[in-house]
Amino acid sequence: MSARHLRLRGAALALLPVLLALVFTTAILLVAGANPFAAYGNILAGAFESPRKLADVAVAAVPLLLCAAGGLITYAAGLWNIGIEGQMIAGALATTWLINALPLPSYALLPLSVLAGPSRGTLWGLLAGVLRTFGQVNEIFAGLGLNFVATALTNYLIFGPWKPPDGATMSGTDPFPQAAWMPTLPNARMSLISFALALIAIGVVYGVLRGTHWGLKLKAIGLNAQAARRMGADTTRNMLLAFAVCGALAGLAGSLQATAVYRRLIPQISGGYGYLSLLVVLLSGSRAEWVPLVVFFFSVVQVGSPRLELRLQLDSSLGGVLQASVALFFLLIRGLRERLEGKRE
Amino acid sequence: MRIELRDIKKHFGPVRANDGASLQVNTGTIHGLLGENGAGKTTLMKILSGYQPYDAGEILLDGCPVRFSSPAEAIRAGIGMLHQDPMDFPPLSVLDNFLLGRGRGLAQGRHEGEKKLGELCQRFGFALDPGALVNSLTVGERQQLELMRLLSLGVQVVILDEPTTGISAPQKTLLFDTLHKLAQEGLSVIFVSHKLDEVEALCSRVTVLRQGIVAGEAVAPLSSDQLVQMMFNQRLSPSTRAGATLGEVVLELQDAAVRTYRLNAEHMTLQVRSGEVIGLAGLEGSGQRLLMLACAGLERLAAGRLLISGRDMTHEPYARFLEAGVAFVPAARLEEGLVPGLTLCEHAALMTRTDDFFVRWRDAEAKAQRMIGDFNIVGRTETMVQELSGGNQQRAILALLRDDLRLLILEHPTRGLDLESTRWIWGKLLQRRERGTAILFTSTDLEELVEHSDRIVVFSGGVMSAPVDAGKTTVEELGFMIGGRQR
Repeated sequence: MSARHLRLRGAALALLPVLLALVFTTAILLVAGANPFAAYGNILAGAFESPRKLADVAVAAVPLLLCAAGGLITYAAGLWNIGIEGQMIAGALATTWLINALPLPSYALLPLSVLAGPSRGTLWGLLAGVLRTFGQVNEIFAGLGLNFVATALTNYLIFGPWKPPDGATMSGTDPFPQAAWMPTLPNARMSLISFALALIAIGVVYGVLRGTHWGLKLKAIGLNAQAARRMGADTTRNMLLAFAVCGALAGLAGSLQATAVYRRLIPQISGGYGYLSLLVVLLSGSRAEWVPLVVFFFSVVQVGSPRLELRLQLDSSLGGVLQASVALFFLLIRGLRERLEGKRE
Repeated sequence: MRIELRDIKKHFGPVRANDGASLQVNTGTIHGLLGENGAGKTTLMKILSGYQPYDAGEILLDGCPVRFSSPAEAIRAGIGMLHQDPMDFPPLSVLDNFLLGRGRGLAQGRHEGEKKLGELCQRFGFALDPGALVNSLTVGERQQLELMRLLSLGVQVVILDEPTTGISAPQKTLLFDTLHKLAQEGLSVIFVSHKLDEVEALCSRVTVLRQGIVAGEAVAPLSSDQLVQMMFNQRLSPSTRAGATLGEVVLELQDAAVRTYRLNAEHMTLQVRSGEVIGLAGLEGSGQRLLMLACAGLERLAAGRLLISGRDMTHEPYARFLEAGVAFVPAARLEEGLVPGLTLCEHAALMTRTDDFFVRWRDAEAKAQRMIGDFNIVGRTETMVQELSGGNQQRAILALLRDDLRLLILEHPTRGLDLESTRWIWGKLLQRRERGTAILFTSTDLEELVEHSDRIVVFSGGVMSAPVDAGKTTVEELGFMIGGRQR
């Protein structure tokens, strides 16, 4: 088979899951008695109808890009780092704490508060890493457990020490002082700084995985830890480092959600972006260059689907169904392909 | 039950594990199955116990042809096998394991099962707590449990594959008593082993396999000489190469011990000099690998000391061993040797010792190109290692080693390779030795051991022999030592 044929087949196999997911979601819509074209049209309109909506797509893309960048690092090392969600929350908590604790002018407070997130996220990530490397706890359970801890901690703080003077509610703490607000575009929640940071992060991760000795070691460890160790890669240290870097990126995402988007601490500050980023990593085939495209698709669905509820009285979780089924079909096709190719050998 | 295997054939790709093996086992006897590594013993027994399908041949039980498609069918027909590594469920309790494989109904009959287990324990003098978890048992106890499980399922034929590896001396005595008792009760026992004294003590009849076919049979009283002759039947050509000049002591083991769950290797003492080649002989799993891993810094010593070039390295981490110029080449090329999914070029970059942050891809590319040229690797720099042939994978692993090694440890360096690759690889290894690298290697091929070693040490059941001079030894001497005997 020629290289061109292989490329074409590769592209077809990449598109197939999207197609199958659309067929699947269409079937669900038909069963629910809704017009599929109207539904998809509304999702697209919901994301693109105004500059403000378009800005919202970028807002959704920031945490996804950051978390996926971190996820790429741990995934390269063969780790299912499901704790990204918790690392994001940990970052938001640290930022909130710092803003509450230090009454500083904006030029000092903003950078400090944004730095607090990654440092706390690093620690939170390392915690899962230490449990994995020294405690023999599978990183999936360690991460999941720590996610619950982070969520519980958030609720405790919102309803306890950090509750607003006129009583705690599910809408979170009081807004931060204006000095701690990340500047945004007029009439939108989009912060150019956040967006730039997210793009830089994914670019840097691309470079690290492609061109550095550390990235190469991570890949070797992920593919065959035993051989990598024999060849001299320190598996424990590198895995911990991967957890730390991923935690830092997720922590930064949490910080930015707090200072640029919500401007307060809310109970669901992580918004499920940590989990969603794992799907992004999977769908991109753990290749950084594909992540922006996948993130764009996910963000559009994320921003567009609430309109289903307003216009068609459909539940907005349909967007989630679409995202998840794309990922499921992607995994299914990949598994089938590996099986077919394995048989041929 | 009388068992007859006729002309059994089984191929794994190009490897003929059984190439027309026949065997007869009579009711109420203990029948030994002897042979060196890869002779086809285990494959033949897995076929008899329904664990593995076969390509051709016939199995007859009491004269009736049968064909099993699963171990469950074989057990129903009365044939049960104790595998070399216990095939049980460590997280489950003894009783749970005991109950597995019985009954088709929903009810487990735990109470009844517990009673049955107690009876069997009492009958054979085993002491197993039904509530204990299997992962808290010793290998010997797990073996007892599996034996009782098979007996409770009503088997008439028990196959034991190397049952004495990893069990204690009292457990061994108990096991042998049990086997005698079973034979007296009319069960047939097939005892697969490589240990001459055990086979001689236990078996009334022995079949020797060599390279997938029956090399001969013997009946009690058995003589070691005859058995060794049948097992190894080959004449060794005396080593023709000139002895190398030996330098200073590179590796020194002082009464070293490595202990694992499966096997303890104790009292290992050895000195290896620069430029010297030491061959490690013995059946698989007799302790050679433990010695190699310890010398490479990949397994900790439980006792004793290990020195590299005079420096005490007993408690140093693997990274220090690498720095000291020690390298280990494992037999499992794609599992431990290389990283499938990475290219030759990426391997070259991975093995480059540097403090640079960025990979110099151009240098790595050049290095990989050099490797391909110097080692005649059929592949390109961007070829993924799993796409290389076995011989080329081995060449790649050797090509990746740094030039200035002090000690090179190789596990079955030529296993599965054709003659041409084998010769090529030894040429490269001997070049290194001339430059002063000490070499430690295992092989199951006595010819290869004698041809390339200066001295040979033999492992048997975790016991390391004193080194013998490769130029003066004989196949009988090595055969005896591999079988756990001194001549």
